[in-house]
Amino acid sequence: MKKGVEKRKRADKPKLLWLQSITCNGNTHSFLNHPDLFSILSRFELVHHPILDTTYTIEDLIAYRIPCDVLIVEGAYIQTGMAKGGVEVSSLIAHYGTSAKYIITAGTCATFGGIFKQKDPDRISGLAFDGEETTERYEDFRDKLVSLLGCPIHPKWLGYVLMMIADGREMPLDAMHRPQELYGITVHTGCSRNEYFEWKVDAKGFGVKEGCLFYELGCQGPYTHGSCNRILWNDISSKTVAGTPCFGCTEPDFPKTTLFESETRMGIPARMPLGVPRRAYLTATGVAKSFKIKRLEERVIDYDR
Amino acid sequence: MTEASAQEKIRRIAEIYFTMAQEKPEMIEYFLRVYLSSREVFSSGCEGMICVSGFITEIMVFFDDAVGSGELRDQDFFSAFGLFMGYLGGMVFLKGEGVLPKEIEYYIDDISRNIYNALKA
Repeated sequence: MKKGVEKRKRADKPKLLWLQSITCNGNTHSFLNHPDLFSILSRFELVHHPILDTTYTIEDLIAYRIPCDVLIVEGAYIQTGMAKGGVEVSSLIAHYGTSAKYIITAGTCATFGGIFKQKDPDRISGLAFDGEETTERYEDFRDKLVSLLGCPIHPKWLGYVLMMIADGREMPLDAMHRPQELYGITVHTGCSRNEYFEWKVDAKGFGVKEGCLFYELGCQGPYTHGSCNRILWNDISSKTVAGTPCFGCTEPDFPKTTLFESETRMGIPARMPLGVPRRAYLTATGVAKSFKIKRLEERVIDYDR
Repeated sequence: MTEASAQEKIRRIAEIYFTMAQEKPEMIEYFLRVYLSSREVFSSGCEGMICVSGFITEIMVFFDDAVGSGELRDQDFFSAFGLFMGYLGGMVFLKGEGVLPKEIEYYIDDISRNIYNALKA
């Protein structure tokens, strides 16, 4: 009796299939750190996952015997040369992606090509995007596509998307299919260094509490879409809070080659904060720089006192 | 309308600056003799270069464009700004002191060429 109820419940749940392509496993591992992992997964029937115990085996997977409502793709896309049990992952994506109601590209590699695209930029890309451009697969999947960016994705970003799907709620997406709730702001939003940014006080090095990392130390937070400083990593911190520049890992042009120094032209940042006209930025920062705010020039904690 | 080259812009800035010094010498006199020698009077509300921030912003935009197009050499902003404005300001000071043997507009071509040559990539 009890078994029958469980079986019926399982049948009602969306069937979740996690498929890996060219990947480092980073997104899989990140999601395993979600404090509510099993609570979220309990809303789905996990039909296949590369690490977790699942209903179906990899033999079932490559024999196309698995039902799929939600397909998560992790890793960069290549048409040929990445196979599981002799079956190209591209064929598996084509098959399961057709039956799925949602396709989540988990991570910057799966979405834009990311790190792995650097190996062979002509053949390796994201599933539906190649950098900023759409791929030939985009039209097939556009109505069901959710782009989750990050290297890796924040576990709670995927948790948010899965729960919205499980609850049947509408999830506003932008032109690149990114959930606006997660990527409608920049990493700069909520950064603990914003006061230093406003008054244009540079950080004197990595890992210190004081100063902004944008001007000299390569921080891409002001023009990178993401909620790293609103949904903190491990619930406590972020790169910029800890004193490391944002690497822009959610962007189509990730990875850039210079991560620890800001590109400037005669000392002026080569890239402006997202949507801010250059003249407006230079006017505002020029005024701010004219004032010396003594408190912001001092250490937050004076260890020598 | 095509964008003027960095060389042309430098000449235009030098021309405007010297013309202003010629036509409104009281402004230059005020800046050199009152403002710079009485900085403590202006310490509240006109810190740093805030009073000329509009001008500085336009120079920044100019430098940024010119480095981006490859016309000018990338360097620290103040190294370039100091050379540019220090040169123009120095010439106007010499004019104010009555040291220059010729009218100031006579020097526009040579000075703008010297500035360009010093800053070009």
